[in-house]
Parts: sequence; structure tokens; C-alpha cells
Amino acid sequence: MSRGAASRGAMSGGAVSEGVATAGASPATDALPFNARGVAAIYKFEMARFRRTLLQSLVAPIVSTALYFVVFGSAIGSRISTVHGVSYGAFIVPGLLMLSVLTESLANASFGIYMPKFTGTIYELLSAPVSSLEIVLGYVGAAVSKSLLLGALILGTASLFVPIRVLHPAWMIAFLVLTSASFSLCGFILGVWARSFEQLQFAPMLVVTPLTFLGGAFYSIDMLPHAWRTVTLFNPIVYLISGFRWSFYGSADVALGVSVASTGAFLALCLALIVWIFRTGYRLKN
Amino acid sequence: MTAALSISRLTKTYASGLQALKDVDLEIPRGEIFALLGPNGAGKTTLINIVCGIVTPSGGRVLADGYDVLRQYRAARRLIGLVPQELSTDMFETVRHTVQYSRELFGCRRDPALLERLLRDLSLWDKRNDRIMTLSGGMKRRVMIAKALAHEPRILFLDEPTAGVDVELRRDMWQLVRGLREREVTIVLTTHYIEEAEEMADRVGVINHGSLILVEEKRRLMKQLGRKELTLHLSEPLRAIPEALSDWRLTLSADGTEIQYRFDSVSEHSDIPALLRRIGELGIGFKDLNTRQSSLEEIFVGLVGRRAAASAERDVALSTEER
Ligand SMILES: Nc1ncnc2c1ncn2[C@@H]1O[C@H](COP(=O)(O)OP(=O)(O)OP(=O)(O)O)[C@@H](O)[C@H]1O
Ligand SMILES: [Mg+2]
Repeated sequence: MSRGAASRGAMSGGAVSEGVATAGASPATDALPFNARGVAAIYKFEMARFRRTLLQSLVAPIVSTALYFVVFGSAIGSRISTVHGVSYGAFIVPGLLMLSVLTESLANASFGIYMPKFTGTIYELLSAPVSSLEIVLGYVGAAVSKSLLLGALILGTASLFVPIRVLHPAWMIAFLVLTSASFSLCGFILGVWARSFEQLQFAPMLVVTPLTFLGGAFYSIDMLPHAWRTVTLFNPIVYLISGFRWSFYGSADVALGVSVASTGAFLALCLALIVWIFRTGYRLKN
Repeated sequence: MTAALSISRLTKTYASGLQALKDVDLEIPRGEIFALLGPNGAGKTTLINIVCGIVTPSGGRVLADGYDVLRQYRAARRLIGLVPQELSTDMFETVRHTVQYSRELFGCRRDPALLERLLRDLSLWDKRNDRIMTLSGGMKRRVMIAKALAHEPRILFLDEPTAGVDVELRRDMWQLVRGLREREVTIVLTTHYIEEAEEMADRVGVINHGSLILVEEKRRLMKQLGRKELTLHLSEPLRAIPEALSDWRLTLSADGTEIQYRFDSVSEHSDIPALLRRIGELGIGFKDLNTRQSSLEEIFVGLVGRRAAASAERDVALSTEER
């Protein structure tokens, strides 16, 4: 740091003062405003990528959801009458929805930032006058939009199979937004961290999918033996699905407050990691 | 006037421990075309990437038009355009969209007229709706140039813009650079084609092993370091150089029909008129005469070579001392 101070002294005085004068009152901060056009450009770019791959992006998750309904809803559901007073087919809707939104958020956001790293076009992002916040807003904003769209489509598909009612629509949307935001952020981190396509697939495969299946998407954790129930409570996804299901049917495995708090905590953790990544330039800059 | 670029005591040590830049100081005035030369791995790209925000410096400071590239990065980066060394573009986007994206990313309003002019200047207008992956390598490079110019930068970095590029594109590039110079855009380019620096640059910097070993106006560099060569094509072959000409270090070609005189244009006393007079007095006739100045490439090779030789000598001296 002393080197920086010394070099400033060595600079011609005129150059320094003129620079400061044009930059505004405080030389330490950037006087220019938020680069909204930059954010919009990233967002549009990502959405264009989404449109190009519409088939994979939407059709695949919808088909797999429909399959879940056929297999779990009809085949298994015919043997289980109701869970917490809701037909089994309807019971699994919130969990399925959460499962798709969560995986898609993770996949979309991680791929979105991994690709420029992979192809080398990240140079442009790094050399543009966009702050880290703006980059995250662009990428994560787009990933969240896609997930919400997907969520709506899955809900539509599900309603073709089973009657669905939503007791607390505002809460439902809040949970959906919070979840897709958290997992998109998480995906962004994953995309920054990954050095290969294998690593990009690794986290969703090894961590998220099992946690989701063990997160009570297809059963109420009350249905588990006591010991397993305790283990399950360490799975953060349980809280997400439980809260989300409550917004549909008014019944939950864990208290609503706990669900909201743990979702919020996860979001905060992701945000903190992102801030750290940009502060240190971790895996983005040399 | 504020310098377009002012670099002071810039250092960079990569995580691997490799010191890619050592205390680099450089000031580039507005509107100048500056050519950065140096062998592979000298640190040219590292220097450019630090200015553009792609690599974080380990120490020192960079001002672009007076704005600190780290603390006032928004203001600084708006002024800067970069055509990187590596060809990397989005494959699935169309030419038009990708250039438009670049402009908006830099916070500028869409400008269809500017976009059209840019694409026409770079002979990309016919390809504007083509996906980038369908273009040839040279065309992709043009796209990258268009992207770099989309926000009308005041300082443009061209990192080996003509590597692997055909003659036509190279000529277009030179044309483009001249056009930008007329608009007072400052240009920093790196190249391994020294004729390129010779053709375009106002000043030349030579970097080697992370140190800027020389910054000089191109003309003066050529004058100072350039060797000149005078050749006389004789009417009658000579057997040997006459004694009377021993004041000049002359060489006679094997067949005796050419006299060559090599001299440092500045450092050496080279009285050509006197030489020619003396030759006339001796009755040696010549039918033609030409002079040749050494190219920047020869100068550059000489410079880097001389340094290497000097350090080798030092090593030898050290090892003999040890004994
Ligand atoms: N990301 C990196 N990590 C570690 N070392 C690096 C990295 N990038 C470059 N280097 C090293 O830093 C040195 C300077 O590299 P740089 O790319 O700046 O050279 P250059 O002058 O642009 O060379 P060229 O003419 O080949 O493009 C080289 O020794 C290179 O190996
Ligand atoms: Mg290079």
C-alpha cells in the first residue's frame, strides 16, 4: 500500500487533480450511477439463450413432472389415500414444484456464468463498467425469471392431473421467489467455482438431488421412523418444502417461522459468499 | 493535459509466484499510437489485462484519462475498449446482437446508425444476421473489433490484432487504426509483426521479462539504434579497398563490384560527402548508390539479443571469479 502512495507522489500533480475533478467530489468512490443498461443487457442475453434452448428448458421438466404424476401420483397414490387430509397426488405437487424450481435455478444460473468462463467471453464482462452487484442481478435475475416461468408451467401441468388449491397464494409466491433466488445465487457460485463441466454437474448430482428426494417431496416426514425424522431435520430442503406445502394446504411438517427463517438464512449465506467472491476476485480474475 | 494512460510502478505476481510485471512506469499521451513489443511471455497481455480490469495488479497504479482503473473503474472502463489476444465470442448469437450487447453492457444507449457504420467499416454488414459460429476466423476477429468499438472508447487496446490474419484484414486494420487516430483515439497495440509497429506507431515500448526496457519515439529509435548501410555499385571491379579510404570501415564484395559502408546513424562519425569526394578523387567510378536503414525488427532483435549477451557475459564473469 505504501507503494501506491509513493507512486501518487511521483505522478504529475496536474494529472491527478484533473482526474479527481472530473470524477466528482470523492476520489475513492465511483460517481457514476448504477449501470441499469448493463444489467438489462445481461438479462436479455441470458433470456435469449433461454429462448434458443426452449425445448430443453421447459419441455423436459414438464415431461418429467408429468411422469412423476403418473408413477408416484397414480401408481403409488392409489395405495395411499390421503396425507394430512390431502389426496396423495395433490400432496406431492408442492414438493415436485420445489424440486424442479430448485434444480432449474441451480442449473440455469451455474451454466449462465460458467459458459463465458469456458468460452473466454468473460473478458468482456470483467472489462465492462458493471459492478459485481450488477452482474449478479443480470444473471440471477434471468435465472429466477426462468424458474418462475417454469414453476407456473408445472403448476399448470399438475392441475391437469389433480385438483389443486392454494390457501396462501402470497406466501406461495414468496416461497417460490425466495427459493429460486437462493438457488440461483447458489448456482452462480457453483458456476464461478467450477473448472469443468463435470464439476458443474457434480454438486447438483451429488448434493442437491439426494437432499431433495430426502426432503419430504414425496412423503410427510411424519411417515418416517423417529430416528430418521431427526436426521431429516438437518436437511435444509425439508424446511423449504414444508413451508411451501403449507402455503398450499395449510399443513406443515415444521413450523412456518422455522421454514421462513431457514430459507432466509440460506439466501443470506449465498449472498455473503457472492460478496466474498467478488471482493477477492475468486476464480474470476487472476 | 491528462495523459490517456498513466501507469506507475505497476507490478504483477501471479498466484504461481511468477512475476509477470516488474515496476512498470509508462505514460501515454492522448491520441498516441503506442506499440508494445516483446517476446512471448514478456508480460504484454498481463499489462493490458490489468488496465482493462481482467487481471488484478499486485502493486502500483493505473490511471485512464485520470481515473483510477480500480477505484473509479466505471469511469475508467467506459473509456476503454479491448480486443483481446484470444478469439472468444459467443457462438450462437448473431453479429448484430453481440455488438449491440457490448454497447449496452457499457451503459450506452442503442445507436443503430453507429452500429451500421461500424459493421460496414469492418465489412460485416452483410453478415449482420449470421450466427457467429458460421463465420470464418478472420470474420470473428472483426466481430471482436466491432464489439470493442461499440461503446466508442477513447482508449483502445489491440492485443495482437493481426495474429493469424490475412493481408487484406491486416490492411483494413491499419486503415481502421488510422481512422481512429484522426478521431484522437489513443491506441495501444501489441504485435509480433514489427513492420506493423513501424508502419503505425508513434512510440514503441519494448518489454522483456516483465520490465519495460525501452520506450522511445519510433523515429528516434530508428535513428538511434538503426544502422544505415550505403552500397556503391562500381563501374569497374576493384581488387582491394584503396589505402586512402581507410578512414571509413568499408567492405568489398567478393566479386569486387560493390563497396559497402555500414554505420550507426548517430553515434558514428560518418562523413558520406567526404567519402564520395575521396572516391571521386581516386578515380573510382560507380553507376549506382543506395542506402538502407535497418528495420525495427533488426533493432528489436539486436536490443533483446544484446541484453541477453550482456547478462550471459556477466554470468561468465561471475563464474570465472568464483574460480
Ligand atoms: N493466469 C496466469 N497464471 C500464471 N501465470 C501466467 C498467467 N497468465 C500469464 N502468465 C505468465 O505471465 C507471463 C507473461 O504472460 P503474458 O501473457 O503477459 O505474456 P505476453 O507478453 O502477452 O506473451 P505473448 O506474446 O505470448 O502473448 C508468462 O510467463 C505467462 O506464462
Ligand atoms: Mg499476449
